[in-house]
Amino acid sequence: MDLSLSEDQQTLRTAFAEFFDKEATVDRVRAAEPLGFDQDLWAKLAGTGAVAMGLPEEAGGGGATNLDLALVAEQYGRRLAPVPFVECAAAGAILAAADATDLLDGVADGSTLPTLALSPPRDGRLPLVPAGAVAEIVVALDGDRLIALRREPGPRPRPYVAASPNFGSSPLADWSLTDGERIELAAGPRAVQLYQDGVSQWKLLTGAALGGLRASALELGVSYVKARKAFGVIIGSFQAIQHRLADLVVAGDGAQLLVYEAAWARDTGQPEAAALASMAFLFNADTAFRTTRECLQFHGGYGVTLEYDIQLYFRRAKAWPLALGDPKREYQRLADLAYPQSGPVKEDTVKDTGEE
Amino acid sequence: MDFKDVDKLAEYRQGARDWVDKHVDPAWAEQQRTSGSYHTPELHALLAEQGWFGAGWPAEYGGTANDPDMAAALIEEIEGAGLHLDGWYTTRMIASTLLRTATEEQKRAYVGGALRGEIVIVLGYSEPDSGSDVAAAKTRSQRDGDEWLINGQKMFTSTAHRATHVFMLTRSNTEVPKHKGLTTFMVPLASPGVEIRPVYTLGGQRTNATFYGDVRVPDAARIGPVDGGWGVMHVALVFERSGSGGGRRSGPTLAERVASWAQQTRRDDGTRVYDDATVKERLARIAIDAEVSRLLGLRTAWISATGGLPGTEGSETKLFSAESAQRQHWDLLDILGAEAVLRREADDAPLTAAVEEAFRRGVVGTIYGGSSEIMREIVAERVLGLPRVRARN
Repeated sequence: MDLSLSEDQQTLRTAFAEFFDKEATVDRVRAAEPLGFDQDLWAKLAGTGAVAMGLPEEAGGGGATNLDLALVAEQYGRRLAPVPFVECAAAGAILAAADATDLLDGVADGSTLPTLALSPPRDGRLPLVPAGAVAEIVVALDGDRLIALRREPGPRPRPYVAASPNFGSSPLADWSLTDGERIELAAGPRAVQLYQDGVSQWKLLTGAALGGLRASALELGVSYVKARKAFGVIIGSFQAIQHRLADLVVAGDGAQLLVYEAAWARDTGQPEAAALASMAFLFNADTAFRTTRECLQFHGGYGVTLEYDIQLYFRRAKAWPLALGDPKREYQRLADLAYPQSGPVKEDTVKDTGEE
Repeated sequence: MDFKDVDKLAEYRQGARDWVDKHVDPAWAEQQRTSGSYHTPELHALLAEQGWFGAGWPAEYGGTANDPDMAAALIEEIEGAGLHLDGWYTTRMIASTLLRTATEEQKRAYVGGALRGEIVIVLGYSEPDSGSDVAAAKTRSQRDGDEWLINGQKMFTSTAHRATHVFMLTRSNTEVPKHKGLTTFMVPLASPGVEIRPVYTLGGQRTNATFYGDVRVPDAARIGPVDGGWGVMHVALVFERSGSGGGRRSGPTLAERVASWAQQTRRDDGTRVYDDATVKERLARIAIDAEVSRLLGLRTAWISATGGLPGTEGSETKLFSAESAQRQHWDLLDILGAEAVLRREADDAPLTAAVEEAFRRGVVGTIYGGSSEIMREIVAERVLGLPRVRARN
């Protein structure tokens, strides 16, 4: 057991903390609303090598581990950076795993932005694709086919289509299955496997990003309750506030450990890697939203004004995980991973509980 | 990073199992359960006699040459057999405290006696009017020549009815702020004036209220300086909170057993319990909470193992594990349905009432060893730097 980050990992974390502090200031985040995409920031991020860091070196990437990616995703989440770092990493990894190297051209320099559809097509459309308004490539599972849809980067800059207006300020857009060129990457069980593995990585990295978001929201909340006075004392001296904040600290520490463990499990091929990614996603989603909600509440009336930053975190904490659909369904999928059934149930061993 | 939780005691497990098979009477666990007394004198004497309590302790105070890893494996194996060693846990806690706070003579007498199994020590901190606020103890100690007179009452003096000594926090000075007027003693429970009355608890454990009327102890029974008891307690409380070190799990967890039950059980309408989406969701949440508890515990263990002193991390672990364990019990009971209420004595209690028993036993988890409210206070003050809510005195 070793719960410390290596020197390289610490350096990576510091470098990206500084990068996002400098480049993804709250003014930039606000200026990028409502689309939620900042082309300049995307180009700068590509310049650091981060956009393709998780891709294999032969595909122009940096060969980074999942733990490295999670560390960057944390920092990205901390500043709500208006760029689709997680979607691009997960989609790029699927393309690389499917040996679709030609589709990875231009990913490293930011000119080609791949994303993934988290829902299956409905009536010929992929609904609300994350980063769908700004991406050139969408990876999707169409039945038992793993496909990529590619649109030609047009003369107009991103976004290619108007994003569906949404409270998370995410560049969500539908894609039609007839949009652009359709490339089939794999079929059958392999297609499902490649896709699910990519979604699992998306869950892990979204969990990491939500962890960063949560940590910043907590800082905002704590500094507010230390400064704001009511009834002649700072509100941070009230037990009703202290105890709720303490619970958020504990859950937050657990959430971060879960991300690191899930990343380690993926990097080292542990059998429980998929279950841990799901846990990291769900627990970070839950903790991040609870943190932003509580910290918004502690802001009192200012919490509902757009002027204070806590609302930026609150909206995204709910919106980011919803890209995957109702989290309750993810809990159900996790149950099947966490409690594998020991073979088919024999009718004669089934007993009646005699309850409704 | 590496999250592999290597079993340091792996090579001792088989030996420990063999020891338990050979020496542990299966009736003992049942006796503990029905009596609620979590101390079996025969087992305590046996472990002491074979030198297992002294493993790893300094030889001059009764330490033995027994292998401490084997001793640790033995204790875990005994717990795995459904037995509690509460008498040893409190004795060990206080012996560790004495090693750092007592005089040379006291160490030889008490620590030596404890490791040889002759002395069983219980905790006398809580009182009818003070639990979490332990420094508010009112039990009086008054000097009378070379002796002290002790008068008062202690609560939750568990195992006192089977122990030899109570390590007691007393009020020796009422003229100074509360933390500065405390003195600790080792009081023999056989002393005239000591009365022990049983208190039965929700979880089935028998604890005690103990009464002290003009109990005389020599000054040699005083631990630490007069009015310096709070310093001694500082050490003692560290051992209390670091004591819970998440033993190894052997066999399926409670949630896994319920999940497997749900996968094999059908309701009246023919549907499997497990196929109910709300059941799955609850089971998944339990799995997450269990993993988070495990990770927080792993972090505490890792800090200790790398030479650090887990402070707030220990409080965080205690808070989250105790709270989430209770949530787990409530949900698991619900999943089991109407029969969940059945006690072991009922023939058809699901999972032989394992959830029902865990539910009742778990209630104390958020209360003892520092209540959840105290843990939250520690986190708010020491991690977030928020001001202390209570006045310092």
